Amino acid sequence: MQTLTNRSKVVSNKKMTFGEWIYLPAIFKGMSITLKHFFKKKATINYPEEQREFSPVYRGQHVLKRDEQGRERCTACGLCAVACPAEAITMLAAERKPGEEHLYREEKYAAKYEINMLRCIFCGDCEEACPKEAIFLTDRIVEAKYQRKPFVYGKDILVEPVDADKRIDVTKRQTQNVLKFKQNKRFAHNR
Amino acid sequence: MSLIKVTIDNIEVEVEPGTTILQAARKIGGAVVPPTMCYYSKLKGSGGKCRSCLVKVAQGSAKDPRPMPKLVASCRTAVMDGMVVQNITSPEVMENRRAITEFLLLNHPLDCPVCDQAGECHLQDLSYEHGLAETNTIEDRRTFKPIDIGDKIKLHMNRCILCYRCVMVADQLTDQRVHGVLGRGDHSEISTYIEKAIDNDFSGNMIDVCPVGALTDRTFRFKSRVWFTKPFDAHRDCPKCSGKVVLWKKGDEILRVTGRKDKYGELEEFICNDCRFEHKDNNDWVIEGPRKIERHSVISQNHYEKK
Repeated sequence: MQTLTNRSKVVSNKKMTFGEWIYLPAIFKGMSITLKHFFKKKATINYPEEQREFSPVYRGQHVLKRDEQGRERCTACGLCAVACPAEAITMLAAERKPGEEHLYREEKYAAKYEINMLRCIFCGDCEEACPKEAIFLTDRIVEAKYQRKPFVYGKDILVEPVDADKRIDVTKRQTQNVLKFKQNKRFAHNR
Repeated sequence: MSLIKVTIDNIEVEVEPGTTILQAARKIGGAVVPPTMCYYSKLKGSGGKCRSCLVKVAQGSAKDPRPMPKLVASCRTAVMDGMVVQNITSPEVMENRRAITEFLLLNHPLDCPVCDQAGECHLQDLSYEHGLAETNTIEDRRTFKPIDIGDKIKLHMNRCILCYRCVMVADQLTDQRVHGVLGRGDHSEISTYIEKAIDNDFSGNMIDVCPVGALTDRTFRFKSRVWFTKPFDAHRDCPKCSGKVVLWKKGDEILRVTGRKDKYGELEEFICNDCRFEHKDNNDWVIEGPRKIERHSVISQNHYEKK
């Protein structure tokens, strides 16, 4: 039969030689490979005790930032949700009432903001889409769980605490362009 | 009467005498149509205020081929036989349009993330097209508190570009106008007599004609961004209007009812407030099918019925 490619091998059922028949050389060859690995550097680490160094732009669990005065930055504009390729983000907007100015930055805020961590692919598109510098991905790892339900993270997990010492630092993620943008007085809307 | 010939951006078109340059351009369609912020073909006397439709007339007419000395507002200038108009082919017009956009944005806040109009805002499209990401001014924008005009309409004077469309709707569609423009120049603002409610049967059309987010629907306020809702053509038997509307649904819920807008963002038919605000139940409407949305629009995101 004509072969289509020259990669095919003709299988033979030839009789094994004595060396092959006793299998011992093959076993020792395999064991020596195993033994070699004992003296190699380990590929794994003892995770909770030891931790790997993270890249400053590692994309882990999201955080919804507050501004300097502790007001939520997110205004539920929906750009993160529309940018999300996995459609993991859902939100519900609400209007800020008089007297809530210390809680929310703008007249609209996210009453409900949910990220389904099972759907999320940690691409960082939401962070890039955000016009208010509200959502950032951090170097925190999303915890493993036994049920699916707790993976839908609500505002209780995502929004950072108000206390200054418990804030989540994202300065490493803010690129030069962003910082320049913030300092430029010509962007009057940014004040 | 015989038709007259006009050339817009090297495309020749025959129109009736008395047609404006803008209407002639719309007859050609496509990219040569100047943007309009204040002109509304269904409202008498609209146009000439925003200056975003300025075009260059390179040749006045066949009889008098001199060019017009300045750029002219295409929505208010009638065509002449043999007129040669330049719109996108003229760098002068494009530069001017960029500057006009900057002027319109002088006092317009960049609060698109908050504004309900985002996604169907003409000013947003205009500034996006001209790439105006920054402003040259450092002065504070003029600010007003948002006010409720009646229980259905919210007025954000910050966002108003003073196109007068809503005033004309009230003048021409309803029998009693209770709002208008107060003050002059930089101080002008849309207002009512001490926040008097506008409760006319057709006042809701002010929301649809507003090119920006200055007048928005209070029943839809912050319910959803427009691109998360799906538009459906629907109609009902209405004693007051044609009853032909667009339903903006999220899941099974009707979040908003608007009139049907053509490709220039103008209402095909004005609808009454009953249809717009009071009927948010699926049983009230006969749904004709999904509405076709322009492909470039953010509303067509994740929708399959594309034009």
